[in-house]
Amino acid sequence: MKKNKTARGYFLNTAVIVLLFTAFQILTAAKGSQGAFKLVLVPSIWQCCYLMVLAASLNLVLGFMGQLSLGHCGFMAIGAYTAALLSLACERAEWFDGKNDPRFLAVLIISVLAAGLLAALFSLLVGIPALRLKGDYLAIITLGFGMIIINIINNLPFCGQDGLALGSAGASLYKNGLGFGSKAKVQFLWFALAVTILSLTLLFMFVRSKYGRAIKAIRDDEIAASASGINTSKYKVLTFAYSAFFAGIAGALYACTNATLSTSSFAFTNGGILNSTFVVVMVVLGGMGSLTGSAVAAVIMFLVNYEIKNGQWVSLLPASLSGIFEYPMLVYALVLIIVILFRPKGIFGTYEFSLQNLIPDIRNAIKRHRAAKAEKEEAKANA
Amino acid sequence: MLEVKDLNLYYGAIHALKGISLVVHDGELVSLIGSNGAGKTSTLHAISGLLPISSGSVLLDGKDLQKVHPNKIIGLGLAHVPEGRHVFARMTVEENLLMGAYIVRDSKRVSENLEKVYAYFPRLKERWKQLAGTLSGGEQQMLATGRALMTDPSILLMDEPSMGLSPLLVKEIFSIIQTLHENGITILLVEQNAKMALAVADRAYVLETGRISMSGPAAELADDDRVRKAYLGA
Repeated sequence: MKKNKTARGYFLNTAVIVLLFTAFQILTAAKGSQGAFKLVLVPSIWQCCYLMVLAASLNLVLGFMGQLSLGHCGFMAIGAYTAALLSLACERAEWFDGKNDPRFLAVLIISVLAAGLLAALFSLLVGIPALRLKGDYLAIITLGFGMIIINIINNLPFCGQDGLALGSAGASLYKNGLGFGSKAKVQFLWFALAVTILSLTLLFMFVRSKYGRAIKAIRDDEIAASASGINTSKYKVLTFAYSAFFAGIAGALYACTNATLSTSSFAFTNGGILNSTFVVVMVVLGGMGSLTGSAVAAVIMFLVNYEIKNGQWVSLLPASLSGIFEYPMLVYALVLIIVILFRPKGIFGTYEFSLQNLIPDIRNAIKRHRAAKAEKEEAKANA
Repeated sequence: MLEVKDLNLYYGAIHALKGISLVVHDGELVSLIGSNGAGKTSTLHAISGLLPISSGSVLLDGKDLQKVHPNKIIGLGLAHVPEGRHVFARMTVEENLLMGAYIVRDSKRVSENLEKVYAYFPRLKERWKQLAGTLSGGEQQMLATGRALMTDPSILLMDEPSMGLSPLLVKEIFSIIQTLHENGITILLVEQNAKMALAVADRAYVLETGRISMSGPAAELADDDRVRKAYLGA
């Protein structure tokens, strides 16, 4: 019975994804060449894709394992540079000819995988010593790692100042490889969506597995977890690596989206959307322990960021108010404070959105709401 | 059979356990009583490998537990119900129990054990979907005990199961311990509530500042003047 339900859930989700995917492909084919679609919507979707993967992967460590890591963008940077450099090398070796070459697709897939693997490898180097620490100490070590990795990349001869990011000219060095212009973004939109869906599915399967249960046990009580026979340090390190793998993949998608790379965009002091604290904000906003929550929060934060930068209503506000929007970090902080005030556990809490359980869940929520209301009225009547 | 021989344990410069030796035979319920800071919990932690000992040995059915990694000890049939319950607060009751059977690979055995635990603790079955953190203290103690039983242990170490519970619940917990004992589970029970611990046990050891000061059949110890004066308040 239980197995049947799981199978039905997988079937339902796959069917809906395929349906949406086909609809989207048809839409792309029809509108692919139009300005707003090509220049605004598609790049936005690309950005949402990597933010979703990034936030969901950090949620694994922060929400499910309960370890605060402040260096997640470091792994993303590793992934982004790995993918860009690999595609650049393939381009220089002339292994493919333009983006329509089927061999380009192979290069693309290999670059993305390599980005994830290298990020995971680095996370092992950091994680094996660092995960023996707890709480604040781990946060500081990972924070330091995030800063160090940026400096290392900056000083590597093949990807630092003289390499990829050599002014605007150097930055677009890999544009014939992985760097996608707006036309290529439309052409490979299916790839971004597929990678995102696959990554989220793999993260979801991990959380639902026996291993997911083990890391939740570590979060709740490390002593009892180890008394239950879990090798806690092994699990912590492996989960950290699994999470970094997807951060690396998010980095690869980032490299595709932007077609230029500069280490400052991953730096801790960066005021934009991509710094490690910002990812933590996304996870907290969506709900620690809800992957779907992280995905939703990533989209929300992207929209907030987009509106701050491009929204026309901002300029209509009185000068005293629109002044705030000069400092995006201030607005993100306000959004976070408002959400925490009204929903202390984040938008989703630990609830996972699911198509199959949507109707029963809504029904239960209404029932609970009514019961609470009735109880309140009863209490009033008694008083 | 659990055999502890001449166990010594230090916390830094403090000599916490000074040559403890004790034996728990198969099917026995043995109590370890003593006042605060006598070393009861340290003894249990040393046995289950959570604390490193400086000398002595712990043998489970003749096997030296010192040579086994702590997270493998549970696989040898020794389960530990930690002091203060330590349930996984943000996981459901059933998830908590499944965590107890983490090392059991055979899923059929897991569901059999789950049924067995639910038979011991019907209250847990009623609340299988509830988050463990929202259970009452007594229910959490049942959950911690049930979780330890999920591996079919040959010996159960219980650390202060009555801690922080109302007198009524203490009685209930001890009746459960007795039921487990009657069903043939070997138990090493650590308690501050000496009266109850001596009432249910076959044999008992009295621990005093890191040393075993007395040992013998529980009924005899309960009648001993020194024990009565020191621990039973009479």
